[in-house]
Amino acid sequence: MSEIEKLLNPSDFEAFQKKIVEGRDPNRTAVAVCSGPGCLAYASGKVFDRFKVELLESGLAEEVTLAQTGCHGFCERGPSVVILPDEICYLRVSPDDVKEIIETTLRGGGIVERLLYKGEDGLPVQKESDIPFYKHQQKVVFGDNKRIDPRSIDDYIARGGYTALVKAITTMSPETVIAEVKESGLRGRGGGGFPAGAKWEATAKPPADTRYVIVNADEGDPGAYMDRGILEGNPHSVIEGLMIGGYAIGANEGYIYVRQEYPLAIDNVLYALEVLREIGLLGENILGTGFNFDIIVHKGAGAFVSGESSALMSAIEGRVGEPRPKYIRTSISGLRGKPSCLNNVETWANVPLIINKGADWFKSIGTEGSKGTKIFSLVGNVKNTGLVEVPMGMTLRQIIFDIGGGIRDDKEFKAVQTGGPSGGVIPEDMLDLHVDYDELYAAGSMMGSGGMIVMDKDTCMVNVAKYFLEFLSDESCGKCVPCRDGIDQLLEVLQRLTSGNALEEDLELIEDISLMMKECALCGLGQSAPNPVLSSIKYFKDEYIAHIAEKRCPGGVCKALIAYTIDKEKCIGCGKCMKVCPVAAITGEKKSPHKINNALCVKCDSCYQECPAKVQAVTKIRQADVITAFATSEEAANE
Amino acid sequence: MSEIKLKINGEEVTAEPGTMLLDAARKAGAEIPTLCNLEGLEPFGACRLCVVELIRGGRSRIVASCLYPVEEGIDVLTESEKVVRYRRNILELLEARWPLIDKALLEKYKVNTGRMARRDNFCIMCGICVRHCSERRKLNVLGFVGRGIERQVVSYTMRAKEFCPECFDKELSCLKFCPTGVIVNDCATRCPASRDEEAFAKPIRVRDDDNAIAVKKSLGDL
Amino acid sequence: MLGKLAAVDKIIEAHGSEREGLIQILLDIQREFRWLPKDILEHVSKRLDVPINYIYNLTTFYAHFSLVPKGRHSMHVCMGTACHVRGAERLLERTSKVLGIKPGQTSRDEKFSLDTVNCLGACALGPVMIADDEYLSNPTMEDIRRKADSCE
Repeated sequence: MSEIEKLLNPSDFEAFQKKIVEGRDPNRTAVAVCSGPGCLAYASGKVFDRFKVELLESGLAEEVTLAQTGCHGFCERGPSVVILPDEICYLRVSPDDVKEIIETTLRGGGIVERLLYKGEDGLPVQKESDIPFYKHQQKVVFGDNKRIDPRSIDDYIARGGYTALVKAITTMSPETVIAEVKESGLRGRGGGGFPAGAKWEATAKPPADTRYVIVNADEGDPGAYMDRGILEGNPHSVIEGLMIGGYAIGANEGYIYVRQEYPLAIDNVLYALEVLREIGLLGENILGTGFNFDIIVHKGAGAFVSGESSALMSAIEGRVGEPRPKYIRTSISGLRGKPSCLNNVETWANVPLIINKGADWFKSIGTEGSKGTKIFSLVGNVKNTGLVEVPMGMTLRQIIFDIGGGIRDDKEFKAVQTGGPSGGVIPEDMLDLHVDYDELYAAGSMMGSGGMIVMDKDTCMVNVAKYFLEFLSDESCGKCVPCRDGIDQLLEVLQRLTSGNALEEDLELIEDISLMMKECALCGLGQSAPNPVLSSIKYFKDEYIAHIAEKRCPGGVCKALIAYTIDKEKCIGCGKCMKVCPVAAITGEKKSPHKINNALCVKCDSCYQECPAKVQAVTKIRQADVITAFATSEEAANE
Repeated sequence: MSEIKLKINGEEVTAEPGTMLLDAARKAGAEIPTLCNLEGLEPFGACRLCVVELIRGGRSRIVASCLYPVEEGIDVLTESEKVVRYRRNILELLEARWPLIDKALLEKYKVNTGRMARRDNFCIMCGICVRHCSERRKLNVLGFVGRGIERQVVSYTMRAKEFCPECFDKELSCLKFCPTGVIVNDCATRCPASRDEEAFAKPIRVRDDDNAIAVKKSLGDL
Repeated sequence: MLGKLAAVDKIIEAHGSEREGLIQILLDIQREFRWLPKDILEHVSKRLDVPINYIYNLTTFYAHFSLVPKGRHSMHVCMGTACHVRGAERLLERTSKVLGIKPGQTSRDEKFSLDTVNCLGACALGPVMIADDEYLSNPTMEDIRRKADSCE
């Protein structure tokens, strides 16, 4: 897009789109280097740089398109490189592999087999969509990432971008747009799952001279990065959705509230907005339709509570992000006291698809109460970590085992946590639960923004509950008593539990505080704060009891309750544990059983992790048993 | 606009639109405890002691009455079993912070003290002093800092020197409104407002002595 | 001194000197100076006509702001849930031990700051930390020491 001409009417846009599409050869070879946060951490930037240099040197630079794209999803095996149009997927690509890829695949049309995915059967898989991780997914919102350079509006338009906006503002009335979104059954992807269409309608209704539409990109759930993946990889899809929303609701100004920890997302969005203004798709009288719209990016300074809609709006106004105490919906009085509609990134990104493909298409995906797809960040003790998009209604088992490949190191599954700090844990016997808003809620958890943290048998559920409360005690705004002091006291009880000092009646205390918080706290953060504790007590009460009655941590995590010992029968005397011990608590001769001095041990877990999986001589025992263990052992008697 | 009809503890009452449930209920003779509410200041909704049970169309929910405006046809229960239980729990939390809490209140709600960890810091963060100073007096001597359990009230020394004499010992003084009575009783050591920036910078961002040096440096950087 | 405030003025003007832009202004100042010195906050207070108590309320509320100087090198240990179940607490302990400072602190020579973050979005590498710009996946004490020694 060298010379910029403003698009003045719908036919200008059509011509513009036609030119882009016609100028493209669908069979042209393209190299998509994933630059999602996971791959970047694996230094995919260096892979891209090497491609740039080597393509020039090989003389293929003219024939091959090279792009640094957003997240492809399979973070576990990053950096990932996909060669289009054949979708050849290379994983764990290092800069040194680049030359071989260029020579073998780009020039020779062959395959670099060692970089392909290999399944459990050891057979290599060539095409990305045949890899089990991708095979069971349905990529509707997230699918275009590998085909789009987030800095290229041409790429987006070539994939049909902005046609939904043009369709809406030229052929549909605001009311029909809202009706379509309502009909689709789209529910908010950020938390509670409020129907988006109803929210739009409520914002459009009250008489007002100004209204606002807002993107919540303050993704705060620890362990969740879907919104980042969309915003970094396909910023235009979110912008287009927001614009359609602005048209439907009657807003001329939109805000994108994005956390400052996502600099690439901010850059890509700002760049996209700049381009849109230049070509006239943003600003006054868009395509001559009389629709005026502009978007402002607001950086968030770090506060989880800003996910609460009124708190986020306070933050945009430059104020402390405390939730507003009044019982007035933001759809009536939101940003600057005007009707405002806030949806999260993924919700907005679904809108262009609904307008283009229709509510009936959208409704055909999903379950009775939850339509469409949902992106999850499948993380924790799972083999295939990454971002996955699946139709609503898929079971947890399918997601964790078919897509996620099961538990890391083939350990036993214990629980999966969904819904972030406001959600809950789900045990093994509920793995066949269909993932949708209502089923998750009924199970004591929630959809939330889409974090799905898998936990293996070495996880302590009490410790996990404590982890979430610690997170929330940091993030509570501290204004109301139930949330501020409630979390503080709950945390105190959990501290007692994990240190083996809790009593049976502490469970009752947890319940008293929690129930009160759920109904009396000022905002959603406080009301949902007890969920992680309540749900883990619900499903893993035996673990709580073990901490209280036996002073035992079944997961082997709570330091005060565990001790390390080496099984004499199993130890092969390889010396690995001894080498890794930071306090020299382990002694022993080569090839003979080693020993841990519990008085010196700082329980850093290094020896446990270092001991070869086949040997497993380092084991965890109850701290309370340490004295007895020593008293009965011969060595102890001699010392 | 016409008056709104609603029921409070079964009695039919009328109220002006915009009236908060707390005021309507008190007018109807209900006793509702509050700590962060003060006439003339914007309702704050922090102490949550004023929670009531609201029934509309057969569905019940708990709301803070100081912030919920009257609505046509609702049923408000100010002493339902749930409300009493929740107030008891909230008072239990408050007592852990504030040992001088009104004993009659604890007795009325049969509060079981001693279960919570002690957190005696005497300030319950009702924010009345801060709001009085900024909203009503427009002096901005006091303010909140931090969030979560670390949130606290501080005073800004330079402003205090300049503006506190304007109020001190007069009817307008923030001391007169502190519901804990702590400011009046033991101003020098317990009033959170007796801390200055130097004191608050420490607990907020810095957690031990190593960094106190850094703080001193930052404050000396004037 | 004048130069410092001039830089602040430039930031304020870029945001239209509006009170609504306060958070954006403070973010830019934080980026420029790596922390928010008191004199600068007082200057902002005057320029935007925002009371100082309001500014401190804000700067102590949002996690990104720092009222003490930060080290020249930042070490961030991810405390996201995915990292937590893979041993983030132990990684934080190791890092803390190597650097000799606790989370939230800056070393006496202002060389290092150790902080925690809620999620780095690099869950596949968990437990993960980021040392300046380099991601370290479950580093041992030795790895961390090597990285720290390589910092100027």
